Order: sequence, then structure tokens, then C-alpha cells
Amino acid sequence: MSNPLRDMEKPDVIFCIGTNMTEAHPVAATRIKKAMARGAKLIVADPRVIGLAEMSDLYLQLRVGSDAALLLAMAHVIAREGLVDRAFMEDRTADGETFLEHVRDFTPEWASTITGVDPALIEEAALLYARAERGAIYYTLGITEHICGVDNVQSLCNLALMTGNVGREGTGINPMRGQNNIQGAGDCGAIPNNYPGFQPVTDPANQAKFEKAWGRKVELEKGITKVRALEAAGDTIRAMFIDGENTVVTDPDREHCEKALESLDFLVVADLFMTETAELADVVFPATAWGETDGTQTNTERRIQRLRAAVPPQGEAKPDWWIISELAKRMGFQGFDYQGPHQVFNELCELSVTYQGVNWDKVEDGAYQWPIPFDGHPGTPRLHEDGFINGRGIFKLIQYRDPAEVVDDDYPVWLTTGRRLASYHSRTQTGRSEGIDYLLPHETLEVHPDDVDGWGLRDGGWARMSSRRGSILIRVESTRRSPRGTVFASFAFNDTPVNLLTGGGYDPTTDTAELKVCPVRVEPAEAPERGSGERPQEVAAD
Amino acid sequence: MPQDPNGPTLFLDGQEVRFETGETLFQVAERYGKPIPTLCYDDRLEPFGGCRLCIVEVEGIRNPVASCTTKAEPGMRVTTKNGTLEMHRRVLLEMVASENREVDVDPLSGYASQELATLVDRYDARTGRFQGHRSGTSRPDDPNPFILRDYENCISCYRCVRVCAEQEGDYAISVKNRGFETQITVEFDGLLKESACTFCGQCVQTCPTGALADLKALARKEVPGDTKKTRTICPYCGVGCAVDMLTRGDTIVGIQPAMDGPANEGALCVKGQFAFDFIQHRDRLTTPFVRDEGGRLRPASWDEALDRAAEGLKAVVEEHGAHALYAVASGRAPNEAAFLMQKFVRAGLGTNYIDNCSRA
Repeated sequence: MSNPLRDMEKPDVIFCIGTNMTEAHPVAATRIKKAMARGAKLIVADPRVIGLAEMSDLYLQLRVGSDAALLLAMAHVIAREGLVDRAFMEDRTADGETFLEHVRDFTPEWASTITGVDPALIEEAALLYARAERGAIYYTLGITEHICGVDNVQSLCNLALMTGNVGREGTGINPMRGQNNIQGAGDCGAIPNNYPGFQPVTDPANQAKFEKAWGRKVELEKGITKVRALEAAGDTIRAMFIDGENTVVTDPDREHCEKALESLDFLVVADLFMTETAELADVVFPATAWGETDGTQTNTERRIQRLRAAVPPQGEAKPDWWIISELAKRMGFQGFDYQGPHQVFNELCELSVTYQGVNWDKVEDGAYQWPIPFDGHPGTPRLHEDGFINGRGIFKLIQYRDPAEVVDDDYPVWLTTGRRLASYHSRTQTGRSEGIDYLLPHETLEVHPDDVDGWGLRDGGWARMSSRRGSILIRVESTRRSPRGTVFASFAFNDTPVNLLTGGGYDPTTDTAELKVCPVRVEPAEAPERGSGERPQEVAAD
Repeated sequence: MPQDPNGPTLFLDGQEVRFETGETLFQVAERYGKPIPTLCYDDRLEPFGGCRLCIVEVEGIRNPVASCTTKAEPGMRVTTKNGTLEMHRRVLLEMVASENREVDVDPLSGYASQELATLVDRYDARTGRFQGHRSGTSRPDDPNPFILRDYENCISCYRCVRVCAEQEGDYAISVKNRGFETQITVEFDGLLKESACTFCGQCVQTCPTGALADLKALARKEVPGDTKKTRTICPYCGVGCAVDMLTRGDTIVGIQPAMDGPANEGALCVKGQFAFDFIQHRDRLTTPFVRDEGGRLRPASWDEALDRAAEGLKAVVEEHGAHALYAVASGRAPNEAAFLMQKFVRAGLGTNYIDNCSRA
């Protein structure tokens, strides 16, 4: 997030797009509710009538995967109505004139043919956001999990730059990160292109820095993403070491993913449970869980906070840092002699430019938000207040692109996936917590009541849902949360493996999977013989 | 609170003190170390003035006023404690206590659950002078596994109603009837699951009597030992809510929100509040596993498993090169795990073949 969580109570106009915040980030959503109680207006763009949509002042029910068209048209209206922040654009941005010229073609009428949203509503949303003294944008994976995820994010940046809604209280471009430490994993350099602190591996100066730190040659060429590594599994990739990820269930195209991991010569997994992924491993290490582990994690507003162990580990479980270090030592690697997590964190801080000003003791109370570039720096709750890191905010010229797969006669329905309030990811944790089943006993496919009738389905009955990659059985829930022609399910339940179906394409820049769009066919089906507990084996590939 | 040296002052029990415009008498007294007893106050919520325990005397005003709803004004002469006020408070507490089935509830009930018992003890109000009718009808028919609805211990402070509306924005909890018949309920008098309730547990944590209580924690009340609190951060989404993990001995007995958590300021959701028992679940891996000759995973010692893993990975690297090994870090594990996973491939193998779960 460019702005701190507490800023969520400050905007005049809040624009939420591709974020089901009341379910996926409920505590953050409470701040939006407080802002609204204070008088802030809420614009929500989402294909589904989610909780935020019900609360909103203006709801744009766009077709899945059409965000870029909507955002181009909003920029068009803002430019046409002369609502651009000229001073901000001149002082702080680049390529603004080209951008304003670019958006002239993208009228709300044009966008309406792609998004299905009434042009008048697009106009209204653009005017509302652009006229705000403090306009803030919030988004989640509904923006990024598309083949045009980068385009979508840059389209949002364009809107914020043209209206000067950056670098001030109650404004900003704010991605809500989905996992407790997904921000930290990137901060720490667990990505193929950057060292800790987002220092590019392709920069010879960084190469020299880390060669000195680690006393060995390091590569100047970027690595490949996990998506490409799974594609190359069994071919050029022959072994994997996976820490705390149930890849088989959470990644797209489950059949492909299982085959990839099975084709490896050697697989090592560290996890809390014998997950579907761990079952494929040659060696499984038991890792300590939340409440058993001392460490740090970094939240969506870049705040570094301390995790503290409250109970001893179960059995012989060990912390990840210990497991990785012990394995490294037995591989003959140098520099893995740690006495505790504090030493690891302090080494991270020394090498990272964003964490440089803190250490284990200083993050005790969670008071710091990065960047903290030097000792004595107070941290940076709000980014871009005095300028952009790279000088100017650069406008990007975006074109709308169709999703990787679009509906056709064989697969005439849009499937989109996401989360539900009471479950988390593949339920390895919430599924083992008493009481959660009372709120969410099984997965359902959310279908508009007219489609339930039109497709010969029955509320509470079963459907067979098929994509180009596979087919699953799923219970039907008739609900007006889904628009006509679009259905929704989460990927939480292993007996309803929705990710057998997904995986039509990937963003060309980030390799992020298009999990939010998947054309499917939905047909009535008999209940699976052994009730809901078994994964229907007979319906593997289509 | 930053003090304007030229700001307004008032007299608090005879002492001249500064205050900020807009502060209530309750807040000023609290800040100057003269805490006033209350049952309906939660500093995250708008003042309510319901319990009347926080009354103070203000010179020139005939009757005592509720300090939580009275704004400080320059020159006010305020008395927070004297014989009359203390007697008034004691009688109020005697009456409140008499309406409840019990005053002493297990501290695992919730964060604020001891407030009534503490005040009743401080004011020696267990006299039973007003024993008679009890107010509130319990809802043992609600089968939800998280929130006890024992309204026989309710004192109608409305904190649950207000926290649900003001803090959560859910408006699930409401009130029916008036006076002695006042009853906390939800829409249509139904079950929580059928209401707008999201089971965030905020009502449980603000309830000063344990009428609304944490059923998951109470299910562990027989675990022996003193309850210890450890400050840590919720393991689910990226908001990073601070929590206190409640333990007795080596057993986790519950979770309470950290009221001063920088990201959450006391708020939690159903996952952070109630989905903690996976940690000590019987399915946890308690030993390493290695695949045996028959292709089955079997338990192994750390030494054997580490050696097997190192040999297996080394064999691949020796035969196919360093780029044949790929590492995936977790977005769920701490920074130290992610840092060492990338160091494993970079410092160990000299490659950048590392990613985490952010792309899917």
C-alpha cells in the first residue's frame, strides 16, 4: 500500500476495484465503513454483488476481465471534463500529454460494449473520483490475477497520477496483500529478479555487493518464475525445495501442477501438515506453526512486526530458518551458522536497503513501516510524499486486451474465483479449526437464480462444471450475488478442486495466473456417490 | 496528548489541569491519573452515558453529570470522588449485580469480562440488598460454536451493540424492549448465523460481564495453570492484526485482540479470533518423513531426513547443474524463512532460481 491502513478512514472518495475486502481483509474493511459513516463516498467495481457493492454509493458491475476498459474510459472522462490536476502532472509526472491524447478514443460508450456497464455510471464514477479532495484506490487480486494484471495496475496508477491522488493523507494506490507475509517474502528477495530490498539482480553493483557479503560468485541474470519452473519440471528443473506452500491446490491447472511435481527427480517440502503437495515429496520436514515461532513478518502497509512463540513446537517440528540452515550446511553451503532468528533478521536488515534502519530490537513494537533507509529514520508510513523514487510518475499507454480464454459455444459461462470470509486458502489451517465448518461446511457454485432455472440446475443440487482443462462436481447455490452468465467458487476445498479448471493464461510481465477468469460449461449432475467427502476421481481431464 | 501551554484549564479535584478542546471530563481525569469507574465505556466507541457510574460533580450544576458525555470547559470545578458519589456508585453496582445470575465469570470469557466483578469487589457491592428479578433471557438455543449468548448476565451497557455498529459496521446486534425488559438480540430475535453477524468476536471482547463470551476459550477453561498472554501477529491475511495468544502451560486456550495493535486497533475477524486450534491439531507433522524403497513416506529422524534431502538435491545439482534446482518460499512463513530460502539458492548455488507464492 502506498498509504497506511489508518489512512483508509480519511478519503472523501474510495474506489474499490477487484477487492472483496469485507471477506478477504475484514479488518481493513471496517476502516472503510468508518470512512463512510463520516461521509465518504464509495465506488465499487466488481463482477459480483459482494459486501462492498451492497454498501456502495455507486456500483459498477463489470464483466470479469474488463477492468482496463473501464479504467481507460474513466481516464477519458476525467480528461474530457478538465478535471486533471495540472500542477501535479507538471511537477511530478512524465508522458502526461501523450496519455491525455491516448485516452481520447476510449469513451464510456466504447467501454460499455466491453464491460457491460452503463456509460452514465462510468461517467459518474470518473467525476466522483476526480472531484475528490482525497481519492483513494484499493485493489486486490481481482486486478492482478489476469493476463493483463500489470496493465490493470498501471491503469489505476494513471488515474491517481492524473488527479494528483498520491502522496497525501487519505489518497494513494493501495493493493491489499492477501497473505500474512507475502509482502515480506518479496521484501526478503524471495523473487527471481531482486535481492532483499528490491535491489535488482541485474545491476552489477548489487552483484558486487552480494558477492562480497556471501563470498561467492552470484548470477547477473534473473531467475525464472515459479510458473516457468513448474512448466520446466522434469525437463530442465529436476528438483524443488518448497517451504510452506500447498502448490497442488492453490496454483492454477491442478493436473498440470501435480504432473510437474511428480516428474521431478527430487522434491523437498517443509510444512505444518501432510498437504497434497507434501504427499508428493521425497522428504518432508515438519515446520513450526504460528504461536510456536519467533520471527518477523511484514504487512500490507509495509509494517514490520514481531511474531512470538507462546508454546513449544508440536513433536519435533522446527522453525523454517533452522530447517533451511541445517539443509544448507549439509549441502556444504557457507554462511548458515545462525543461533536464532534475530541473527537472520539482522543480516537481512544489513543487506536490505529498505530495512537498513532497523534491527530485531527496534521492530519490537511494530512501529516501523519501510523504507527505513538508515538508523534513526522514523520509517515511511506514506510513500511518495515528497517525490517518486524514480523521479517522476510515468503515465503508461494501456490498451484493453481480452482474457486468455473467452466464452464460446462450448464454454459459455464466466467462472471467477476468490475467497470466503470463514476459510483461508486451501483450508489446511481454517479447516482444522473447530467451528469453522459451522459457518462454511462445503464449497458451492454461486449461480444467478435465472441461470439456475435456465441451465436446468437446482438450488442445493449438483452441477458438473467443465473448462478446457478439466471438470469437477460442485453444489449449486442460487444467489443474486452472481450476475447472469458468471459463476463464482472459491478454491478452498480439496474435494471441490476448482483449480483443476483454471489456468488459461498468465500475465506476460509477471507470470501471474489468470485465476479470475475461466470460461466454463455448467450442467446439471447427479450427486457424487460417496457424498461430499471424496474428490470425484472420474472427472480428471476433459 | 500534546499540551498547548496556553490551552484551557479546569480544576480536577482542586488541581488545575490543562485539557484539549473537545475532550470529555472522563478523558481528562483518566489522563491525570484519576480513573473514574465505568461499565459502558470503551475508548474506541462514542461515549454513551448509559451506566451512570462515571458521574462526577461539577460546581454550579445541581445534579451529578456523566463524565463520559460531558465535555471539558474552561474553569470547570470538577469533583471525581467524594462520599456522595461513591455511595451512589455503590448502590448502582448493587442493583446491577442483583439483576445478574452471576458476577464472577471465567476470565477466558473475553478481554473485558472481569470489569463488572472488579468494580463490584472494589465497591463491596455483593450485598444482595436488591435480590429479586433477573433481567435478560439467555439463548442456549443458538448452536453457534463461537459466541455464548448468556443474557442473564447482561447489564444493558450496549457496548456489544455499539461495537458491532461503530467499530465493525455490521449492525448485527440490536435491542428490544425498554427498561427492566431490555434485551440484547439480533434481527428477528434469531440466531447469530442468520443475522448480519460475521463472528468477528468484537462483542465478546468488549462485554464487561461475560454475557457474551468466547466459547472456544471457555471450552479450554479446565486446562490447568495461569493464563499467560503473548503478543504476536495474526497468521492469515496481509492486514497484520496484533493479537494476544492466551496459553496455559503448553496449551493455547484462546486469542484476544491487541487493543493497541497498530494495524487493527483492537479489531479482528472470525479467522484471527477463532481459527487458532490448527496449531495443536493432531494432524500436525511431528517428525520428518522420507520416502522408503516401497515408495511410501515413513517417519524418520531429523538426521536421516536432512541427509536424504541434502543427498537428493546435491545429486540433481551434480548431474544437471545448479539451475536444475528451484526453491519456493512461503508467503505464510516469517521473513527469516523467506530470506534464507533466497540465500539458499543465491549464496549456496549462485542462481536466482527462487520465487514465492505471490503469482498464484
